Amino acid sequence: MKPMRHPATPHHAPGLPRLLPRGVPLHILLPSLIAAVAMLVPLFYLGLRAFEADSATLVDLVFRPRNLQLLINTLALAAGVVALTTLMAFPLAWLVTRTDIRFKKSLTVLGVIPLAVPGYVMAYALIGLGGNYGVLAQLTGFQLPRIQGYWGATLALSLYTFPYLFLNLRAALAGLDGNLEESARSLGYSQREIFRRVTLPHLMPALMAGWLVIALYVLGDFGAVALMRYEAFSYAIYTQYSGAFDRVYAAWLALMLLALALSFVMLDSLVVKRKLARIGTGVARPMTPMPLGRARFLAWPYLMALFTASIGLPVMILAYWLLLAPPDLSFFARVPGTLLRSAGAALPAALLAAAFALPLAFLTVRYPSPFATLIERSAYIGYAIPPLALALAMVFFSLRTAPFLYQTLAMLIITWAMASLALALGPIRSALLQTRPSMEEAAHSLGHGPISTFVNVIFPRLHRGILAGVVLVFVLCMKELPITFLLAPTGYTTLAVTVFTRTSEGMLAEAAPFAAAIVVFSSLSVGLLLTKEGK
Amino acid sequence: MHKSLFTAATVAATLLAAPLASAADLTLYSGRGESMVEPLISQFEQNTGISVAVRYGDTAQLAVLLQEEGRRSPADLYWGQDAGAMGALSKAGLLAELPNDIYENLPGIYTSETGNWVAASGRARVVAYSPERAGEDELPDSAFDLVDERYEGRVGWAPTNGSFQSFITAMRVEHCDERTLAWLEGMKSNGAVTFRNNTTQVQGIADGEIDFALVNSYYLPRFLDSDADFPVEQAFFADGDIGNLVNVAGIAVLESSDNREAAVEFVRFLLSSAAQQYFTGNVYEYPVTRDVIQNPVLEDFDRLLEVSPQIDLDDLEDLEGTLNLLRDAGLL
Repeated sequence: MKPMRHPATPHHAPGLPRLLPRGVPLHILLPSLIAAVAMLVPLFYLGLRAFEADSATLVDLVFRPRNLQLLINTLALAAGVVALTTLMAFPLAWLVTRTDIRFKKSLTVLGVIPLAVPGYVMAYALIGLGGNYGVLAQLTGFQLPRIQGYWGATLALSLYTFPYLFLNLRAALAGLDGNLEESARSLGYSQREIFRRVTLPHLMPALMAGWLVIALYVLGDFGAVALMRYEAFSYAIYTQYSGAFDRVYAAWLALMLLALALSFVMLDSLVVKRKLARIGTGVARPMTPMPLGRARFLAWPYLMALFTASIGLPVMILAYWLLLAPPDLSFFARVPGTLLRSAGAALPAALLAAAFALPLAFLTVRYPSPFATLIERSAYIGYAIPPLALALAMVFFSLRTAPFLYQTLAMLIITWAMASLALALGPIRSALLQTRPSMEEAAHSLGHGPISTFVNVIFPRLHRGILAGVVLVFVLCMKELPITFLLAPTGYTTLAVTVFTRTSEGMLAEAAPFAAAIVVFSSLSVGLLLTKEGK
Repeated sequence: MHKSLFTAATVAATLLAAPLASAADLTLYSGRGESMVEPLISQFEQNTGISVAVRYGDTAQLAVLLQEEGRRSPADLYWGQDAGAMGALSKAGLLAELPNDIYENLPGIYTSETGNWVAASGRARVVAYSPERAGEDELPDSAFDLVDERYEGRVGWAPTNGSFQSFITAMRVEHCDERTLAWLEGMKSNGAVTFRNNTTQVQGIADGEIDFALVNSYYLPRFLDSDADFPVEQAFFADGDIGNLVNVAGIAVLESSDNREAAVEFVRFLLSSAAQQYFTGNVYEYPVTRDVIQNPVLEDFDRLLEVSPQIDLDDLEDLEGTLNLLRDAGLL
């Protein structure tokens, strides 16, 4: 996830950027093209549905004033979540990389665990907290106003997406060359100026990468937004599908949402164009940790508050459900099998996503061209599109072209991989940016083929990035709902589906062990990621 | 080592997928939860030797999925939680006609005029109240009475709840949008207390925060199950009032089914006295047939028919209009 850029030597001659790449090996070009074409499937489907309406209805649908309101609401939500996650992630990343605070390793793990919390559990936790008969009122008699609407959605989304930004910032801060700030200091810059003119610009790529992933997540999230009943695009799409059974207006809303997502993606690629400096050619020297001193009296309460809200709250609500009406013990016996089904689909999906993210990352980093950028950016379509719309597109597509694949495990895995390809791409691309192409070239010239080069040269240097990508996708798939509902083999109930069907019948206690299994198992995989990272 | 990991994962995935390829005789898309459906499925399989694979999901999302699948759908049966979804599928021409002996003896409130689907169980709306704080003469005759001054600040409701919204849709069908909107606004200005769902409203009466609540009939029995002295009672409004709407969970055979005979057999099974007894005995819903032992905590079957308004359940599909109305009233 480190955003520092080493110049990659493009294989084609310098000059005008060319549209069609030359000299891109087939084993990179072909998978990249397959990924890009796959992303066209949902676009094609939405277009088809959108133009089913007659022209009068069409004009009415597209130019409703409500769309503008939805746009404003969605932008406000994305801005709110981006701002709040920054407030949550930045101090945390700073504390664990730049200061002498204790228990850094544990704090880091705690900072990533919220990713494992399903959005609907977080939303339930927040909603259940406030109100007349909220958990808080029942336990302490103290009554909090009901948490819902804009602030509820912003808070819920922020509490489980901030780790994306934290991971990016932590890597960037840790990779920052200590010499830079020291040089700036020796030139007479004040601490504040150093931060603004040296540190911050170097953190921009990490900030942008994190913000982009979070903003796109916000656009597509149904669960929390729907439970908080905030009128964003995704909620409107949800009510269209579920309330009015209307696929035409829903398709228009999804297309508008995609246009918004693509403008975010473009904005990101405009900002992250600048080259970043290092001093000298040696190894970047890590910074000496800053002593916290009295500031720790501020730091610890902040950390307590952050983790109480992001981990304590959902754990508390699960425990509360469980204690409210303890389910039969035999019930717990079903958790392992369900867990196996969840993981058995999520792991192949994560590997598949990483397998396609690798050639995509190589294409953009080693063979940059407008074409490469276009292909790489198309990967964000699957991530930004509302999952329900993506699932319906795959239903439509597979029933017409490959009915034997319909509602098979393979279909679920492919669709999950499409939905999360962008998530795997981030860390792999960052890792690749930090390695120089000279090693690969040397391997080539020594007669190694692409596979041998990958196994012996590339993989050892990218394994952290690949592992990070795999874990991010895995964690997302473990809690995924709409795609599973529609595309999983009939009878293939995952943990997330079980949690949903139990909560919808009001059997919260029975849902709790399955929800806990999601959180615990995903947390373990996150822990694995961080221990493998090594020093 | 890494390569072997990849290979192992792929092999594991394939092995996991293989046994699932074997298809059951029937495929059921169920909007009703697993905990409730599962015992019935095993009973059916035991009785008939017909195997059933169940896809669980959200009632509405499964309905949209069926629309997308069209005649290519692998599903034979759809079991939805409310009449709106059934009506939408029926309108889309996706449901097969049922043999009329299945529904001809059922009361009108439990059948569709199209004959394409039939209720599997009934879920009545009632007014729950505190017997201590609400006098006998205070029990309202109509949901429309609740905007009256004497109910100010004493009534709970849950405008975001699905079954409440179905009730509003029914009110719109019966009494037009203007009157419904006026009622919503009247309730709001009369200080109706907003709750999240039915359960919290019933709890709210017990805790003394409100005296009346608009809820589904099967929540109070669940409370009484664990606490026989629970200080809440419930009643119907006057006969035929819209407040007594009986919504249903419906079952239908799909036009795309390649095993209709077995599918129809499943429908018959759900309407059999064994299954009906299970609905009323275990989950406190109303049976749709008479030949079951009355659950003592529920109203009598014939009484239910007297009190319920006559609404064509196929008309309850316009949820979007209801959501708009609730938005206009500032409740969403």
